[in-house]
Amino acid sequence: MIARLMGDGQYEIDEALCTRLNELDDKAVAALEANDEEQLDGYLDQMAELVRSEGTRLADDDLSASEIVIPPSDLTLEETRQLFSDHGLIPDLPAPQQ
Amino acid sequence: MPGLMNRASTVVKARISKLLDRAEDPSITLDYSYEKQRELLQNVKRGVADVVTAKKRLELQSQKLEQEIEKLETQARQALSAGREDLARSALERKALVQQQLQSLDQQGTALEAQQEKLIEAEKRLSAKVEAFRTQKETIKATYSAAEAQVKIGEEMADTGLAIERARDKTEQMQARAAAVDELTAAGTLEDFTEQGTSLDRELAQISAGSQVDEELARMKGELGSGDTKKEIEQ
Repeated sequence: MIARLMGDGQYEIDEALCTRLNELDDKAVAALEANDEEQLDGYLDQMAELVRSEGTRLADDDLSASEIVIPPSDLTLEETRQLFSDHGLIPDLPAPQQ
Repeated sequence: MPGLMNRASTVVKARISKLLDRAEDPSITLDYSYEKQRELLQNVKRGVADVVTAKKRLELQSQKLEQEIEKLETQARQALSAGREDLARSALERKALVQQQLQSLDQQGTALEAQQEKLIEAEKRLSAKVEAFRTQKETIKATYSAAEAQVKIGEEMADTGLAIERARDKTEQMQARAAAVDELTAAGTLEDFTEQGTSLDRELAQISAGSQVDEELARMKGELGSGDTKKEIEQ
């Protein structure tokens, strides 16, 4: 299946890797809920590292959709929450600047 | 509680439909989408240019602060050699303040640098996808539903949107910081000692001027004393 590391493109990963990512994901959720930014960043880094080292990078011009999306580790807790909120961290198409 | 990957995926999908939600007809949707992709690509390029401009401003300010540090150090020395330890201390205290500002600017610079790299990478990925989308557009129109086709590029667009937003946040933070430093400078806290300076500024200026006068006096005495000395001084 295909995983996207937000801010870092897409990778092809296998089922076994996906299972390991899910385990880390559970821990990341717990860290987010405990307001533990350091732990959260640590788990997200581990997830990204696993994908980078064991996955196969997709070509930039590949138009496949991702089944898994992994948030970046360099967000603050606040930004991470905002990312998942209704309002969202991902903007609508940015308006052209004046 | 769903996992973060799940939530991120939901967020991205929601953004895709918001970015590209237009029509049920794949051919209209995809043409519109292609327009939006090109618009977004322009925005990334502009984002990179903005970060570069912000970095330049930061570099100029850092240079200014470095000169200020050097000047305060010289003033402290002059004050000390004039027997004014109190003034020397004040100059060094001010120097420490300026150094803190400089350090904070340096951190901002590093953060901006990282955002710039991410934006450049995002631009590269999006460019490749937009080009692939352009060449495959007609096939995609014929093969996929509008919704399926949107996903093909929408993901990269949503991700690029995030990169632009974050770079903009960092640039704004940096500009706020730079403006704060400018204000400090304007308020005289880090300012040159001459015109509307504080009494400390004036005293430091006097010491500085005093030691310059001493040097000139010594030189003139030397000139009057002998022609040889004059030559040595001029060399």
